[in-house]
Amino acid sequence: MLEAFVTGLSNGLIYAVVAVGLALIWGITDVINFAHGDFLMLGMYAAYWMFTLGHVDPTLAAPIAACALGFVGFLAYALIIRPLQRGPVMIVILATFGLGLVLRQLAFIFFSPDYRNLPDTWLSGGIRLAGVSLGRPQVVTGLVSLVVIGVLFVLVYRTRWGSALQAVAEDRQAASLVGIASDRVNAQVWMLGSAMVGLAGALLTTFFYVFPSVGAVFGLLSFVAVAMGGFGSLPGAFLSGILIGVIEAMTGYLIAPAFKTASVFVAFLLVLWYRPRGLFGRW
Amino acid sequence: MSRTGAAVLALAVVLLAAFPLVVGDPFYQQVVVMMLMYGALGAAWNLVGGFLGRVSFGHAVFLGLGAYTTLLLLRTHVTPWLGIPVGGLVAAAIAFVVGRPTLRLSGHYFAMATLALLAMTHVLVVNWSWAGGAVGLEAPIANNAWLLLFRSRAPYYWIAFVLALFTLCATFALARAKAGYYWRAINGDEAAARSLGVPADRYKMLAFALSAALTGAWGGFYSIYIGFIDPDSAFNLTLSIQIVLVAILGGVGTIIGPWLGAALLIPLAEGTRIAMGGSGSGLDLLLYGLAIILVSLFLPSGLVTLRLRRGAARR
Repeated sequence: MLEAFVTGLSNGLIYAVVAVGLALIWGITDVINFAHGDFLMLGMYAAYWMFTLGHVDPTLAAPIAACALGFVGFLAYALIIRPLQRGPVMIVILATFGLGLVLRQLAFIFFSPDYRNLPDTWLSGGIRLAGVSLGRPQVVTGLVSLVVIGVLFVLVYRTRWGSALQAVAEDRQAASLVGIASDRVNAQVWMLGSAMVGLAGALLTTFFYVFPSVGAVFGLLSFVAVAMGGFGSLPGAFLSGILIGVIEAMTGYLIAPAFKTASVFVAFLLVLWYRPRGLFGRW
Repeated sequence: MSRTGAAVLALAVVLLAAFPLVVGDPFYQQVVVMMLMYGALGAAWNLVGGFLGRVSFGHAVFLGLGAYTTLLLLRTHVTPWLGIPVGGLVAAAIAFVVGRPTLRLSGHYFAMATLALLAMTHVLVVNWSWAGGAVGLEAPIANNAWLLLFRSRAPYYWIAFVLALFTLCATFALARAKAGYYWRAINGDEAAARSLGVPADRYKMLAFALSAALTGAWGGFYSIYIGFIDPDSAFNLTLSIQIVLVAILGGVGTIIGPWLGAALLIPLAEGTRIAMGGSGSGLDLLLYGLAIILVSLFLPSGLVTLRLRRGAARR
């Protein structure tokens, strides 16, 4: 019971870090990035190949993967999102869906649909904590996610740059009137959100299989986390991410593993029933 | 509709009616059937997504409900002549139930709620062994007009043609009716529409249920046309997105748009699938994804605007 709870918590932290990256992009640039899960997949493959070809441990590969994904995020923004910003909202969503499809199929073609995992990393092994046995990779990944989210919150809510972000989120035109280059802010947000998911992906390889459509698993749940928390709310995305992880693990333990995702969606719809704008509404 | 528009439309209908008489190749017939189906699905989605402005990513739920209803009834020897309309009714009933909580939501929230519904339905059907579970359902192989089962593909073309014509007329009539104006008013500004006395809740529900009914009926057709349905092929996000895509590609909130979108997209998708040998290499989906990106970059408001744009340039 306690074990299921703690497992849920550590899974939840990963959902949270993916969801917070998504919420950041969503809240500030107003774009649902349907390719977000596939960015995670790219981060995972980056770490996988660095380990397999260059014997770089995922722990070291994670920052590199984060930088690489930051670059991918920048490209996605500059080449696809920015030109579409003035168009209808739906078309941007569809374009990111197309981008995700392209990335997934590229991985499928170049890396084959095989499920791969990394056998022996620095993090492999288990920890016993107060009578609960846990995988070390899960614990470390969870803690790193927590730190990353903490740093992000400080950046957004405590720095001058963060104030600029919030200004752009609130009113793009007014922000540019007071001298904030909203275009640059948007690009930075895309880079940051994508880098976060790259980092998470790299660490995820220490205990999760890598395959081309792995992004769908985490992507869908992180969408739900963002919507459940309230669009654009970073704390909302963080808390719902953790909540989803816990609900999932507890359903698996108490009812049946087959209903894990269904119960998450039931919870989501219940939240929307009582709070149509999510748990935390908008900033 | 202008007189030339009506003439072009009539010409298209005549050409489509004559098509199977001229082209006997089953592959091309299959492409046109899929075009009609996705055009109709896009047109049905458009009632909610276009006129009402509530973007649904869950329309595969209604398609799947229609498909399952039809095949489950067929299993108990109830003819699809009945099964297809009943499938539409079941889809509408479910839309009525889920519409209550979800239609209050707007924008992204509605989109995500429909996405959640889709994922939930998928899980439920996978675990529902009476309805085939994860394996799915199969239509029996027979040659029986009463059961709408044919060895050849040709009769299905006519069923699709008639259903498509019905869908076109229904959406056209709805857009012209009071409901159509109410929907657009709600889309424009719900609070303002309410203050002018539009019973917004009732009309939102009407759009959702009608859209679901049409989608469900097409699901029934789909199930007997393909002869097989399983949770992965019915309650599938990609299918939902394809419906949205067809409508957006053609032009959201227009009568003809979804049909144009389907006429462009489906041959593209089927063509690349065949050209790549359908070997499951993934190259067809890659090209499909690229096409989506390119179309959204260069035609952000849909194909219908092409004509408008040319007109503007001439002036």
